[in-house]
Amino acid sequence: MDNQAINETLGAGALADGHAEHVSLPQMRHHFETEEQQREAASLGMWLFLLTEIMFFGGLFMAYLLYRNWYHDAFVAASNTLSIPLGAFNTGVLISSGFMMALAVWAAEMRKKGLLVVFLVLTTILGLVFMGVKYVEYKEKFELRHVPGESFDISRFVNPTPEARDQQHLPVDTARKTELFFSLYFVMTGMHALHMIIGIGLLVWLIARAQKGDFSAGYVAPIENFALYWHFVDIIWIFLFPLLYLINIHPGR
Amino acid sequence: MSYEQDPQNVTNPEHDEHHVVSPLQYTLVFVTLLTMTAITVAAAYVNLGLLNPVIALAIACFKACIVVLFFMHIKYSSRLIKMTVFSGFFMFFVLVMMTLTDYMSRAWGRY
Repeated sequence: MDNQAINETLGAGALADGHAEHVSLPQMRHHFETEEQQREAASLGMWLFLLTEIMFFGGLFMAYLLYRNWYHDAFVAASNTLSIPLGAFNTGVLISSGFMMALAVWAAEMRKKGLLVVFLVLTTILGLVFMGVKYVEYKEKFELRHVPGESFDISRFVNPTPEARDQQHLPVDTARKTELFFSLYFVMTGMHALHMIIGIGLLVWLIARAQKGDFSAGYVAPIENFALYWHFVDIIWIFLFPLLYLINIHPGR
Repeated sequence: MSYEQDPQNVTNPEHDEHHVVSPLQYTLVFVTLLTMTAITVAAAYVNLGLLNPVIALAIACFKACIVVLFFMHIKYSSRLIKMTVFSGFFMFFVLVMMTLTDYMSRAWGRY
């Protein structure tokens, strides 16, 4: 390894001067044996964090699963007010964003600074497009008064309009349970969106550092670990999309 | 120097040689993910009864698997990382199963 050779030479020289601790590359800190060991330690730490995220979102998925079983008809009716074209478009956007992030990791590994910045910027833009579509979807929910709380309105489920996809009339007590669907919808997509916002913030910071050349000289860990986070957020959406949007067209009962 | 303890990476073979996934591989995964998304949307519009949610979740699991294996490099990671990731998802699966077993069996014998 080039860096090890450099470290050895520098290290030996520095040792003679008694300043060994001053020589340290970001990808090869002194307390690691090899660069690979440092890399692995970093990804293990990142994965342990992601496991806590699995449990966090897992609790929400569990709640959705159970309430959908209990209040099946209300969940089906409420779910069918979501726009499948918008949801499907956003799924494509998010997958493309993940693809750009994967290519960014490759560019960092290949030490191509220009490409790395381009891929990071594309990742960010696609992330923002996702948030834009989410804004349109949320706005519609506010207009229909389908946001849980004081102004929540069940009239659309009790007396559906002719153009509504699901024309089934729900009894009032069943229709009230649609509020539970929208609570879970806003918490789950909202927590997902919060993760996207944090990710976009981190991307801006990473782009600035990548522009300075921090990640194109063999130090890939921040890009790699951020990519793990971004792909994890992707995976959450991969499950949210079918559960919230798709499985209720033909609910299977 | 510290790496002189194991310069050839022999006594700690878990420090695998680093593997870089190629852009071609990423592109194949990307195309697969988009195709599966199209399939899952199309399948949702066909009335398959009880199979609808099952198919949607099976496709989602498949997509998640290839994201974890290729985009997140788990296929090329050390055993330590593989075990860590697997144990996390497995733990989640166990918790869901135990909770569902509880809720679904509560009312048994009362109807």
